[in-house]
Amino acid sequence: MSETMHRPLGGPILTKPFAILGLFVLIGGYFILRRFLFGMADVSHMSNGYPIGTWVVLDVVIGTAFGCGGFALALLVYICNRHVYHPLMRPALLGGVFGYTLAGLAVMIDLGRYWHAFNLLMPWYAQINSVIFEVALCVMAYITVLWIEFWPAFLERMPPAFKQHFGLHKFQAFLRRYMYVFIGLGVLLPTMHQSSLGSVLLIMGSKLSPLWYTPWLPLLFLSSALAMGYGVVMLESTLVQRSFKLPSEAALLAKLSRVAAGLLALFLVVRIGDLLARGQLGLAFAGDRYSFLFLIETALFAAPIVILVSRRRCANARLRFLATISLLAAGSLYRLDGYLLAIDPGNGWVYFPSAPELMITVGVVCLEIMLYLIFIKTLPVLHGAHKVQQ
Amino acid sequence: MDPNRRQFLRGAASAIATTAAAVATPVSEAVAFGPREPKTLPPKAVGMLYDSTLCVGCKACMAACKQANGMPAEQPEYLAQWNEGTWDAAQDISGKTLNVIRVYQDGTMAQKDREQDGYAFVKRHCLHCVDPSCISVCPVSAMQKHPLTGIVTHNPDACIGCRYCVYGCPFNVPQYQFDEPFGRISKCQFCNHLQAQGKLPACCDVCPTGASLFGLVEDLQAEAEQRLAAKPGETYTFPRGKLGGDRPSHEAPIGHYQPHLYGEKEAGGTQVRYLTGVPHEKLGLPKLPDHSYAAVSEGMQHTLYKGMVAPLALLGGLVFLARRSSKTYGGEDPTRTDEEDASS
Repeated sequence: MSETMHRPLGGPILTKPFAILGLFVLIGGYFILRRFLFGMADVSHMSNGYPIGTWVVLDVVIGTAFGCGGFALALLVYICNRHVYHPLMRPALLGGVFGYTLAGLAVMIDLGRYWHAFNLLMPWYAQINSVIFEVALCVMAYITVLWIEFWPAFLERMPPAFKQHFGLHKFQAFLRRYMYVFIGLGVLLPTMHQSSLGSVLLIMGSKLSPLWYTPWLPLLFLSSALAMGYGVVMLESTLVQRSFKLPSEAALLAKLSRVAAGLLALFLVVRIGDLLARGQLGLAFAGDRYSFLFLIETALFAAPIVILVSRRRCANARLRFLATISLLAAGSLYRLDGYLLAIDPGNGWVYFPSAPELMITVGVVCLEIMLYLIFIKTLPVLHGAHKVQQ
Repeated sequence: MDPNRRQFLRGAASAIATTAAAVATPVSEAVAFGPREPKTLPPKAVGMLYDSTLCVGCKACMAACKQANGMPAEQPEYLAQWNEGTWDAAQDISGKTLNVIRVYQDGTMAQKDREQDGYAFVKRHCLHCVDPSCISVCPVSAMQKHPLTGIVTHNPDACIGCRYCVYGCPFNVPQYQFDEPFGRISKCQFCNHLQAQGKLPACCDVCPTGASLFGLVEDLQAEAEQRLAAKPGETYTFPRGKLGGDRPSHEAPIGHYQPHLYGEKEAGGTQVRYLTGVPHEKLGLPKLPDHSYAAVSEGMQHTLYKGMVAPLALLGGLVFLARRSSKTYGGEDPTRTDEEDASS
């Protein structure tokens, strides 16, 4: 028996939680329909002062950071040769597949002239100085790479005769032989676009509070995205293990959490150091809304480091879970602040999302969870999974 | 040092080393980070000098703008039933309004162009930046700057509606039509369709006092400097329509200007420039540095992605390491499973 034993989880698909998720997807779908029939103002509070709302910030900027599990783990497993983490690899990859694919769906809802979206791929329209252009192409390429990386899970599930008939065994052999190329791309592409999601904000200038606006934005976004990637792997692994009563992967998670803590430390050193160097650290204690947000963020970033610094606390599953939640909240709030809450377009503009707007975001996330559940139950994704009798 | 901390530090160090492969390039390059070269005014740049002290707030420019560009009237909802469609009361530029006159009010509003107990007018539309943020962010080249006149135009056939031009514009000029199912971006294009016929932009054409004055940016700059140098209150001859054109000028006492020509340097310079009697921040013209944020953003991109050398080198390293890793793991693809072994 090899160490890498992935199996379908089995069990019924249509459970009560699944139906509840489905309900939210339907509600979201209803508002998506309204958005396309009557325009964005019908469902959203976005305005020309805040033209970027929850669809981009929650589903794309934060959503793809949550989809960084595959990226972060591939870096550790394949690039740094830490194969002990391998059992976590495929579920992390699946999280990435859905995190990114549904971010793409959210973009299509958000694009004001979606029927022109293919212009992004037309060389004569390309605008190579645009950070958004780079992010768009990079994310599209990465979604493709993620599905290719995940393909072996489908292929393993197919009957050999079927594969033979459609020549898929050749494809399987090709993937097996050249997977390292896709693994390389699967690390490069998120490195590029996750850092560029920080560079996007460089255009904001004085609209963005100096507590966030810095030339180090790309590094800060990249390091926090990686930390969130490890955070998501830990969260997902803990939740799945608890829900489906699988063997615990506590020892692995404890190790992984310390890698995440190292990244958070790097993030804080760069961020605080940069504020000191620019002489803007005083703003953190100005007592206004921005300083308040900054202090919450910093506390959330620091808390996991404090928890995980001790090996005893790190071995405690409950504390480790707390650190994971804090880490993910920190990275999410950092993105929410940078893109929305720390932005002031002036002229009295304010933004708070409408309920239908949020329901679309919730619907997309629920769809993501539903697809994840279907996949882990029917495809060989989880490590050491066994059929649960119900 | 207690063993816990030592182990943690070791863990942290190895974590940082772990990410080094991916992070090293951006870090080393960000140190050498600098904005790209600022862009310069195009050779035949046309522009506008808006003199707030000359503006009487008649809004003829707003009506002319709507007519020239075929834009619909905007009415507040609670009055929309009243003489429907025959009048316009746009509050600010929007998806349906490219140009608007706004008023600054303070206290008793006793005197025009005074900050305290006064009032002042300001005109809001595209400033046609020398180094525009909207062009820099647009992923599909929908925003274009004319190489000679410098007019910034928008091509709705290219536009995907991502609204980063709205987000990134330091003046909040491009406006998306959120209330339309097939909305588009609206922005002042300096009536380039009229200019092509040798006509003036509609707002400058109809302005009765020459508050909106069309001309070559260099000439307008000289005119503005002359006004700033003149003594407040003394009689001055103000041209109308186009600077150096054939319209009759008029004489009026020169305003008490703020000693600042807004747009000369703001955000790397703009082709529409403002002379005002009250500080520009009070009129919704934001305080901005002398460089364009587009230069900052593109400086970063050009450093990190110069010739795609760094990403390709990184990819090479990653593929090499991934291959070595697959080999040391047993010479087989690491995503392979036992089931597969059994079936093949």
